[in-house]
Amino acid sequence: MKQRSDSRFISFVAQFKQNRAALAGATIVLLLVFVTLFAPQLSPHDPIKACLDERLTAPCMEYPFGTDQLGRCIFSRVLYGSRVSLSVGLIVVGIAATIGVVLGIISGYCGGVPDEIIMRLVDAMLAFPSLFLALAIAGILGAGFINVILAITVVEWTRYARVMRGSILSVKENYYVEAAKSLGASDFYIVTRHIVPNAITPIIVVATLGIATVILAAASLGFLGFGVQPPTPEWGMMLNDGRLFMRRAPWLMIFPGLAIMITILAFNLLGDGLRDAWDPRLRERRRER
Amino acid sequence: MLKYIIKRLILLIPILFLVTLISFSLLFIIPGDPAETILTGPGGGADPKAVEEFRIKMGLDKPIYIQYFTWLESILHGNLGYSYQSKRPVIDTILSRFHATLKLAIVSMIISLMISIPLGIISAIKQYSAIDNVSMAGALLGVSMPNFWQGLLLILLFAVTLGWLPVAGYGDHGDLEHMILPAITLGTSSAAITTRLMRSTMLETINQDYIQAARAKGLSERVVIGKHALKNALIPVVTMIGLNFAYLLDGSVVVETIFAWPGIGLLMVESIYLRDYPMIQGCILFVAIIFIFVNLMVDILYTYLDPRIRYETKE
Repeated sequence: MKQRSDSRFISFVAQFKQNRAALAGATIVLLLVFVTLFAPQLSPHDPIKACLDERLTAPCMEYPFGTDQLGRCIFSRVLYGSRVSLSVGLIVVGIAATIGVVLGIISGYCGGVPDEIIMRLVDAMLAFPSLFLALAIAGILGAGFINVILAITVVEWTRYARVMRGSILSVKENYYVEAAKSLGASDFYIVTRHIVPNAITPIIVVATLGIATVILAAASLGFLGFGVQPPTPEWGMMLNDGRLFMRRAPWLMIFPGLAIMITILAFNLLGDGLRDAWDPRLRERRRER
Repeated sequence: MLKYIIKRLILLIPILFLVTLISFSLLFIIPGDPAETILTGPGGGADPKAVEEFRIKMGLDKPIYIQYFTWLESILHGNLGYSYQSKRPVIDTILSRFHATLKLAIVSMIISLMISIPLGIISAIKQYSAIDNVSMAGALLGVSMPNFWQGLLLILLFAVTLGWLPVAGYGDHGDLEHMILPAITLGTSSAAITTRLMRSTMLETINQDYIQAARAKGLSERVVIGKHALKNALIPVVTMIGLNFAYLLDGSVVVETIFAWPGIGLLMVESIYLRDYPMIQGCILFVAIIFIFVNLMVDILYTYLDPRIRYETKE
């Protein structure tokens, strides 16, 4: 058993290494994590300190991305902005995946009434266009970091519940599960030792792609004015600020937008690469869903 | 076929019930007392008497489950409540605003399908060719590009710099020149998704045995692709329309805000700023119901076009 999982891991790494796009995605993600951790060291200026004499300065040596309407360094703000985006992405996916996985396990393993209730709830949640619902929740609760996380988590957990349920249903049919049952293993033991380890892989892929979705949703909320509170730098909010100065200072909206796009692109590339490396058939399964 | 439709309709009942419950429970998360929040002026402080009157008038003094059933009953009569701001029926405002959204959605959908269907088919037929690589890279970029950023860049280029098109607005009746930029923004970003879908569907179709058989029979590649493959590969276009519709509704929030397009997305954002809770609830419920019915139509149409599904669901 041990050896088999090792060889699978090796083939996974080999597959992944061959995928140049996925490697590029992974590199950018690592770079982003680095930027997030070392934003204070990398930033040439204080991202919050206004310097009215330097308002709307075009990109130059001193300010690589120029300055905004309050004379704040956009380069520093973009670097710091990665903190909000990445932390919202990771926290939301962490919570949403946990909720979704637990409900998916209950739904897939127990079947019957619990399955019916959970799946109808998922269907009902999926009936709402996700940004509409997240916006309603974030808008009613008011702007703020925690509220953004709450709002997006509420709409995001469903995908994990669905994927986990489907995965459990297929793993459940295996002979080793039947064998464990015949040996008198408890349900808890079977689920935790046999089913979950074999059913969790798709969740990793969905979670990686999910980070991209969450970052995009968070930036959209920020753009609409329901993100974190100013003056905390956040990419969506920076874009919205930049809108007003589009004619005079287009750099205000070029760089934060670029940052959002590169981040989302990186997680998409990484997620696609993981999916293809783990199991090329997943691509088909995902499409059918 | 009829049996299938009836079955689908019955399945909808619990979902619709849950959808109303979710929309209603948005009231629970309002921080503080809604009546007080609404009536508090910019200077702060609300007249306690006015607050009490407002509460009674809006039914906010009753227990929550009674509020829910009263609300549910009026919804069934087509009444989504009255706006706190304009005091007009919510449904009237929503319907008139939805008209603008629908108009934009249809034009965006046409743009999206006009890009994604040909591009997806060519990419599949010429898999791994330069055109396939370029269009897949484009699709990946399109998926990763936030549509609000794309919208802003389009405004910067075509409205601010070149001055060809208006920056934002609706014109008198949603004129074409006002619609071009928002429709391109929405259409291209949804095309990014559907091109990938079209490509994989087409790939799947041309790898099937009957296509091999058609080739073996000595038919020209033109007939094989144009007549045999395309017929089956185009069925999922129906699903794509449904998928696109969801995507367009979602995108309307941001795109309508940027372009000041007076649709339901902008209405939603405005109502949140104004703390007009019945309007927020109404918008949410309305888009969900629209979305449910679009999906239902898509499923029914799909079953009609691809009878295999009917057999699969029979068991």
